Amino acid sequence: MNNKSILARQQRAGWAFLTPATILIFVMSFWPMLNAFITSFKKGAAAQMTWATPIFNNYSRMLSDKIFIKSVGNTFFYLIIQVPVMLILAILLAQLLNNKDLKFRGLFRTMVFLPCATSLVSYALIFKSLFATQGLINQILQNIGITSENINFLGTEGTAKMVIIIALLWRWTGYNMVFYLAGLQNIEYSVYEAAKIDGANGWRTFWSITVPLLRPTIIMTFIMSINGTLQLFDESVNLTKGGPANSTMTMSHYIYDNSFGQGVANFGYSSAMAFIVFVMVAVLAYINLKVGDKRD
Amino acid sequence: MTETKVKKNKSAIQRRLIPSYIFLIIVSFISVFPLYWMITAATNTSLEVAQGKIWFGTHFLENLNKLTSGYDLWGTMWNSFFYAAVQTILCLFICSLAGFGFELYHDKAKDALFGVLLLAMMVPQVATMIPLFKMISSMHMLNTVVAFILPAISTPFMIMMFRQNSRNFPVDILEAARMDGLSEFAIFFKMYVPVMKSTYAAAAVITFMNAWNSYLWPKVVMNDTRAQTMPMLIANIAGGYTIDYGLLMVGVLFCSIPTMVIFFVLQKQFAEGITGAVK
Repeated sequence: MNNKSILARQQRAGWAFLTPATILIFVMSFWPMLNAFITSFKKGAAAQMTWATPIFNNYSRMLSDKIFIKSVGNTFFYLIIQVPVMLILAILLAQLLNNKDLKFRGLFRTMVFLPCATSLVSYALIFKSLFATQGLINQILQNIGITSENINFLGTEGTAKMVIIIALLWRWTGYNMVFYLAGLQNIEYSVYEAAKIDGANGWRTFWSITVPLLRPTIIMTFIMSINGTLQLFDESVNLTKGGPANSTMTMSHYIYDNSFGQGVANFGYSSAMAFIVFVMVAVLAYINLKVGDKRD
Repeated sequence: MTETKVKKNKSAIQRRLIPSYIFLIIVSFISVFPLYWMITAATNTSLEVAQGKIWFGTHFLENLNKLTSGYDLWGTMWNSFFYAAVQTILCLFICSLAGFGFELYHDKAKDALFGVLLLAMMVPQVATMIPLFKMISSMHMLNTVVAFILPAISTPFMIMMFRQNSRNFPVDILEAARMDGLSEFAIFFKMYVPVMKSTYAAAAVITFMNAWNSYLWPKVVMNDTRAQTMPMLIANIAGGYTIDYGLLMVGVLFCSIPTMVIFFVLQKQFAEGITGAVK
């Protein structure tokens, strides 16, 4: 065999290796996304769908759908409050746990990381039980005299949102901390030693060394968190059932209800809403990358 | 420096760390407590749980009996385990094959294709679930393991993880194997797989966890109770009008045992799996 045919054979093998994965991604992600986009211009029951009249009807319907608008508002509320708090807390914890003088580092790290071992439905139900009207949190608050009667945490708009945010913080802070710890381990310890010799205090070191050097990791965790928050589903369904009065309902939850839940199979309208979620994910990720690039 | 000076220095450092310790102890307590409470609640009656009991009781077997008589706990555990195992094996095989191909046979065309595949990360599940549901139902595959795994066995994240980790793969071995007349597929199985063992371990942990925890997709395609998974089962228990908290927490406990065991035994691989694709 000459060299050329060996190389050609190698090239063919290379393509063969990546073909199954590539076909699956095209069939299971790209084709359905395109299909959903087309479906978003249709109306009618699942079996016999026809073009919507006017063609943008499903999209214009969203603008007057109070529950959809509310679900967008709720999702962005979680995004704006929870994501920054979580990421700052995660960086702070990673910074503390990266200190070589700290004792029991491994134990602390394991404990902070532990919530990641629970499934999303499990922790949603644990928090639902803890914050129930007849639950432990109410008992504790009364025993230490902060409140005098049971609070209906999950049945009141403000507190229900707060419980979801607390639950999300609990589940995902340790997860993000792991990224930062891995990132910090790539920073030479001597950089910190040098900063100490130059007389920089903890805060200064944090802001002028840790944060800039972790920037790629921060951008990535930001994009992942935005992506995850815009697709929140398990918590909304299991912790609060979207209530009270849809005040905690997320976009994914509402789309599911419109397509598979509650006996309606409104595939056209659901697909239109889902396409809007896709646009939001893409736009926010793009902005994030751009902003991250410019700070050089 | 004399020894006493070093000691003094050390205790001064520890003294400055006191706020850090206090903060970490509070965070650790908050992180661990809900899980501790879940385990204790599984051993108490619903009334005791509602009264705020936070130590272990003696009603675990009673709660377990109530759970198994009302719900198919063992069948559902098996479903979850079976789906997750099949998904893990296929996902690892398909994605590692692709990662191997993308990194070790890379050229411009393959790099471009890889960039295109990464875009799939942006595609939300709620957008694909309707077309995929239609597709799987027209194939008469609802409530089968195929329906469960199909959208999850090839993910950009996993391909990227194998591709990044293949960077350390010694190319000389590849050439030597070719000289010996090994086919490209034999190289993959005999050289690549053994060398990449630790990447496989991390990928397996994260894929199994994701499969075990998935909820939205199974809710769409696994609507027969005989095919349902653990997260669906406990969500059903909690969906009733009155909730038996003792019983519910036994369910939650069983749903968490496999992932907790993996967490404690394979924590390093778990952390590597989470951050795996970003090196």
